[in-house]
Amino acid sequence: MFKNIAQVIGRRFIEFVRYAGGTAILLGETLFWIPIPPLRRRHIVEQMSKIGVDSLPIVSLISLFTGMVLALQSAYQMQKLSAEMYIASLVALSMTRELGPVLTALIVAGRTGASITAEIGTMKVTEQVDALETLATNPVKYLVVPRFLALIIMIPLLTLYSDIIGGLGGYLIGVHKLNVSHSMYMKMTWKALKYKDIYTGLIKSSFFAMIICIVACFEGMKTEGGAEGVGKATTASVVTSFILIIASDCFFTALFYFLT
Amino acid sequence: MIEIINVSKSFGGHKVLDNLNLNIKDGETTVIIGRSGCGKSVLLKHIIGLLKPDSGHVLIDGKDTTRMDEKELNEIRMKFGMLFQGAALFDSLTVLENVGFSMLEHSNATREEIAKRVKECLALVGLKDIEDKKPAELSGGMRKRVGLARAIFLRPQIILYDEPTTGLDPIMGDSINDLIVQLHSKLKVTSIAVTHDMTSAYKIGDRITMLYNGKIIADGDPEQIKNTKDPIVKQFITGAAAGPITEGIDFAHLI
Repeated sequence: MFKNIAQVIGRRFIEFVRYAGGTAILLGETLFWIPIPPLRRRHIVEQMSKIGVDSLPIVSLISLFTGMVLALQSAYQMQKLSAEMYIASLVALSMTRELGPVLTALIVAGRTGASITAEIGTMKVTEQVDALETLATNPVKYLVVPRFLALIIMIPLLTLYSDIIGGLGGYLIGVHKLNVSHSMYMKMTWKALKYKDIYTGLIKSSFFAMIICIVACFEGMKTEGGAEGVGKATTASVVTSFILIIASDCFFTALFYFLT
Repeated sequence: MIEIINVSKSFGGHKVLDNLNLNIKDGETTVIIGRSGCGKSVLLKHIIGLLKPDSGHVLIDGKDTTRMDEKELNEIRMKFGMLFQGAALFDSLTVLENVGFSMLEHSNATREEIAKRVKECLALVGLKDIEDKKPAELSGGMRKRVGLARAIFLRPQIILYDEPTTGLDPIMGDSINDLIVQLHSKLKVTSIAVTHDMTSAYKIGDRITMLYNGKIIADGDPEQIKNTKDPIVKQFITGAAAGPITEGIDFAHLI
């Protein structure tokens, strides 16, 4: 009984170490290949369009509603204190420091991370990754680097966009429903916001971009077992990215809190 | 000259190649036969350096590929062309981009020059006017032909064929066999094919070797293989269900 439990724990631990080692090696290889030409601008722009531009509608929708819900939920308490104007500060700070980066990362992980894993996984099981190597092309350079650069550029930009749209959601509720004046809402928003709030959010989102890319590509590269394998890898990619995003968000929030 | 010396490879404790030795001379077409899952494709992947052996050496023109770094290996790979079992065409690229991939990636040639060479290669495999199509728009036979065009694009010295006729109807399979024979005589290349299709093996091979339990157990020209006395080889080439390969296996539950 105890032997079995120890075996299971041991096996899981070895799997974890292998996974951590594999993703670290992939990250190292990706960073190694980035400065080596050719840069493949066309690939990067294609990926930026797929990751960033195509994600705009869903990021807009979720950010707008989140800003609105945040304003409505806080109004529930604030109205009791006649402090509705602080809703502007609350929405602006919550969006830039926390919800903008995390929601954007989760949306991209679910949407783009899954599609990266499915695409690379399918290439792996149909021997297209092997074919790349036989054509003297490094798969990390060809497949991972353009996606990595595109995610690193687009996720912070999407996060900024999400911050603005979330703020707009809060504004709509604050000004049109809770009767805070336009000038007061804007004043309270800018008064609360500091540069630090924005750039710490963007630093977080850059790390989330790395997590999404490396997890999605690693899961894709190790896919085995045909269509079923691709399905499993895609699920694993999304679940792992979600867990790592939330865990690292907690870590970064604590880090920024104690550092500043 | 390709020399495979004492190569062993295991996956998860299962020994797929066991101290295997094989020499392939320049200009020869060697067919490696064996049951599905016996390690034929694994052997092919060792030859082109996609897999590294647990022990042993693979020498291409006297150079040991098992000790090479990626740059040296890529230089050696330029001598090779490989046709994969499912053709392994890149789904996101057009036929032109697939066939001309190596030149698009590794040379400064203009698109017109590349398109001209792609046209030549497609003509060699009996295709034309499909440069702008995506792989998903092609039939299985056409995909194999495009895969073959990609394999010969850089005028390789060695062409590897992984199950060239698998998944094709017999007529299309035979046309691929004809194509392999024609390409061999036109391009004067060294060819290595792995297959379990004996019709294909007899048609394209100057020499046939059989892989069984990780070792080469038969080696000879097609006539010698046809007239073999070895019961294992005999069972395989005749496709008999009963014999030493399947001894102890009860197929009754499959019926």
